[in-house]
Amino acid sequence: MLEIRCPYCGKRSQNEFAYGGDATVKRPELNSEVSDQEWDDFVYYRKNPRGNHLELWHHISGCRQWFKAHRNTATHEIIQTYELNQNIET
Amino acid sequence: MKKYSVFSLVKNAFSNHQNWDVAWRDPEPKKEYEVLIIGGGGHGLATAFYLAKNYNIRNVAILEKGWIGGGNVGRNTTILRSNYMHDANNLFYEHGMKLWSDLSQELNYNVMYSPRGIINLAHSDAQMNSFTRRGNSMRLNGIDATLLGREDIKKIIPFADFSSNCRFPIFGGLLQPTGGTARHDAVAWGYARGADDHGVDILQHCEVTGFDVVNGKIQGVQTSKGNIKAKKIGLCVAGSTSLLAEKLNMNLPIESHVLQACVSEPIKPLLDQVVTFGAGHFYCSQSDKGEMVMGGDLDGYNSYAQRGNLPTIQHVLTEGVALFPNLSRMKILRTWGGIMDMSMDGSPIIDKTHIEGLYLNCGWCYGGFKAIPVSGLTFAHTIAKDEVHELNAPFRLDRFHTGHLIDEKGLGTKTWIS
Repeated sequence: MLEIRCPYCGKRSQNEFAYGGDATVKRPELNSEVSDQEWDDFVYYRKNPRGNHLELWHHISGCRQWFKAHRNTATHEIIQTYELNQNIET
Repeated sequence: MKKYSVFSLVKNAFSNHQNWDVAWRDPEPKKEYEVLIIGGGGHGLATAFYLAKNYNIRNVAILEKGWIGGGNVGRNTTILRSNYMHDANNLFYEHGMKLWSDLSQELNYNVMYSPRGIINLAHSDAQMNSFTRRGNSMRLNGIDATLLGREDIKKIIPFADFSSNCRFPIFGGLLQPTGGTARHDAVAWGYARGADDHGVDILQHCEVTGFDVVNGKIQGVQTSKGNIKAKKIGLCVAGSTSLLAEKLNMNLPIESHVLQACVSEPIKPLLDQVVTFGAGHFYCSQSDKGEMVMGGDLDGYNSYAQRGNLPTIQHVLTEGVALFPNLSRMKILRTWGGIMDMSMDGSPIIDKTHIEGLYLNCGWCYGGFKAIPVSGLTFAHTIAKDEVHELNAPFRLDRFHTGHLIDEKGLGTKTWIS
């Protein structure tokens, strides 16, 4: 059982959360010319690292807020969680 | 290679089975090979086997960082099927089913192929409609499929929940009579022995740490046992694909996720077929030892851990008990996890790459085991001829660019939603 620290509610059981995927993927700016390659990268291509992974989680059965988490994909250790608008040094 | 037969069994019985030959050698790596296959799982072993047997390329080595049978080929739930809707999947996997049917003879190794039938249960009228459509699609491609009603299902699995207050009543199901199971370890060992017999070097505990690429052409690899040169290299490393691709500066439409499975304590014969629950994600078959072999959802977050967490097992078994109430009194003997290479449309990739001499086989999601023979055959073709086989032509890497996706379940890119 993972225990995930929601930035708003504190440590809660994994059962209350939904996963939202890689948080480093950025949607291309729509008001500029977007190449096919940029769209492909945004929609399909992932770094998929072994180790530290910045990802989105949703406290769906709790406060219903989205937030970010640094989690180790090799050990499942959750290193730190952040509010969505927080600046994160990678 | 000495053939296994009833005579060799009798002969070896006289020496208390102490003098059997080793199934495959443990050679030192040569300096150079014609083809290197990275990954000694089912797909890698099968690829090397067919390269040697069908395409007469015998100067081949398989590089395996662990040991033969230690990865996903030993961690799956052994199900064989070709009950898909899209033509690309239907034709590909059905060719695989034909290979399964005489694999034991071809390998001279009993893979315990058991075409016991697979039943996908439906729990609503809409689901019956969709299964009818899928069954028709299968039959149009020459694959046997039978639509079963509630009463038919009741005759086959009377111990399922047919009560009136059941939350997800069984409306019927889709049966593929030729679906079934095979013993996963035997598949790995059989292919390893067969490949070795054809001259393939199987190098265990040999991890690839880097690639030599010069002018867009592959030259060889660096490994934990030294540098090895090769003209062609095939990647068959499933959940670790992104890690090796990163060393080649390649980004792939793949996420690695952990999928768990479990077995119960062994019981007397109860379940003859493979049965899947249609109102969630749960599938079940009974092994020859008597254990109920069960699986379901991914844990649902990127993982390389080869082990999962209890909530997923609990969730999957809740569905199991909803389908088969008598499971509730059984003990779980063990659970384990494997790392799935989840592609962004749920279908595999078998293709050449932009690097000359480098070939890619990945994206098997949860469906890699049944594909071992046909994946090996088509990947061997792709490597030997430097062009895709007609069966794997739809499974190109560039489909994510051209838009020719094969999204069997319409799930899109959210691989963790299963």
